[in-house]
Amino acid sequence: MNSIFAKRRARLLAMKAIRDNYIPGDKLITCPKCGQESERKTVAEGLSVCPKCGYHFPIGGYYRLSTILDPGSFRELNEKYPAADPLSFPGYRAKLTAAQRKTGLTEAAVTATGTIGGHKCVVGVLDSRFFMGSMSAAVGEKITLAIEYAAKNKLPLILFSASGGARMQEGILSLMQMAKTSAALARFSDKGLLYISVLTDPTTGGVTASFASLGDIILAEPGALIGFAGPRVIQQTIGETLPEGFQRAEYQEEHGFVDAVVPRSQMRETLSQLLLLHEKGGRA
Amino acid sequence: MSTSLTAAERVAIARNPQRPNISDYIDGLFTDFFECRGDRLCGEDAAILGGVALFHGQSVTVIGTRKGKTLEENLKCNFGMPNPEGYRKALRLMRQAEKFRRPVITLIDTSGAYPGLEAEARGQGEAIARNLMEMSRLTVPVIAIITGEGNSGGALALGVANRVLMMENSIYAILSPEGFASILWKDASRSAEACDMMKLTAPDLMRLGVIDDIIPEPEGGAHTAPVQAIRQVDRCLQRHLAALAKENGPALAAARYQKFRKMGAAAPQKEEL
Repeated sequence: MNSIFAKRRARLLAMKAIRDNYIPGDKLITCPKCGQESERKTVAEGLSVCPKCGYHFPIGGYYRLSTILDPGSFRELNEKYPAADPLSFPGYRAKLTAAQRKTGLTEAAVTATGTIGGHKCVVGVLDSRFFMGSMSAAVGEKITLAIEYAAKNKLPLILFSASGGARMQEGILSLMQMAKTSAALARFSDKGLLYISVLTDPTTGGVTASFASLGDIILAEPGALIGFAGPRVIQQTIGETLPEGFQRAEYQEEHGFVDAVVPRSQMRETLSQLLLLHEKGGRA
Repeated sequence: MSTSLTAAERVAIARNPQRPNISDYIDGLFTDFFECRGDRLCGEDAAILGGVALFHGQSVTVIGTRKGKTLEENLKCNFGMPNPEGYRKALRLMRQAEKFRRPVITLIDTSGAYPGLEAEARGQGEAIARNLMEMSRLTVPVIAIITGEGNSGGALALGVANRVLMMENSIYAILSPEGFASILWKDASRSAEACDMMKLTAPDLMRLGVIDDIIPEPEGGAHTAPVQAIRQVDRCLQRHLAALAKENGPALAAARYQKFRKMGAAAPQKEEL
């Protein structure tokens, strides 16, 4: 019986993942970084990484989960948690509906439990296709519920961030999600549990200034833009051109804010290793 | 209270350079203030002022953003826009307050954390995130007062408090109305329109449950009668401190946690699995 459900779950995630792994273009895909063309099939099979220069294309939440979770282990948490319009902001509901239609998501965060290399964990992913992965009240709530679920069940937590920052249309309530998620992580951490934060392109604004920066271990995908203020704002403020590579994952590693830059092809293995390292011993 | 002001009018009052600043509040509310400088890591940031003082005879830790009233003063304190060192100094002082079991009072008036190259290189995001996390855990009373502008994570980094109070004409928002208009409509000149939509005034935020109390200001704003305005802050602060003094440490941390836990949650859901 169990294996039938596991197969069904694996199929469900695989289907959702296919929809999430779509890069615009016909048979050939042009890399925005190196400008070279590659076969769609080659890119798709290579975890949406440019085979010529290693550029990591943005990927959707379910596809991300399918690349790291053991097949059949995916169980979504709070799948139907609703998007909301707390300030009754003009035109926002229609935009939410359009984003939902386009992506098949209800909001910008997908949270789940599953196993990685046999290690049980809770994983949350921000999906940059939905309002640039910005922090709405629903995103903050789903992330907080995932943290609380992990705390209650004594499971390690992994959050993949990709966010343009605040959700403008939710104003101050977007801001409050920073406090809410950070406070939930304090309680989680007090239980002696492991939180791995993975920063993907782009991780900025309120997400950087809350849960994304609070991992026991912080990983980043190559080339990911990571910062509090966006490069355009900084450039306007200081009136100078920013140095090459500024705020990229490698820059953040060099400045002491990232433990390791991990290519997508090695992410699953690295996470599995980290989970193993925190499973053995450690209870002094 | 003057309830007839528009949101844009309140924004203008909140930003009036003659409005009482942190130095005025420290002089008017406390005695024996001793300023503590430096983050003990790499620097001192004048955009955040902090120290120990007496409030009606009780030791308190006071921390706030510092805006100047003149260009010269403003150049010294970076127009009240903190760097990571400022937030890290604030955190150091909050931990010190916890050690000595004294309440923390924060005074917030900032257009936001400084968006500069060096600030990014030294981890502006990490500094703010760390403050949010650590403030949520403090086992002493924490009261935040927004006295002018409270913009973005740069304001919230001093705002995870048991009581969040707002001066009647202060504002509290995700970012400046100009920034909001330019992100949403690519047109910063539509900021007046943004002011209305953003729900950034004290009465709006009271309705949304984001703040706990509004401190009345003299007709025309706090700058027209600063002594009177500061007296109102004094009364309100005394009242809230007295109420919090009855709680023990873990209860204070738990109540603060619950306060923020509720922000923006939809109707409670049945837990899955």
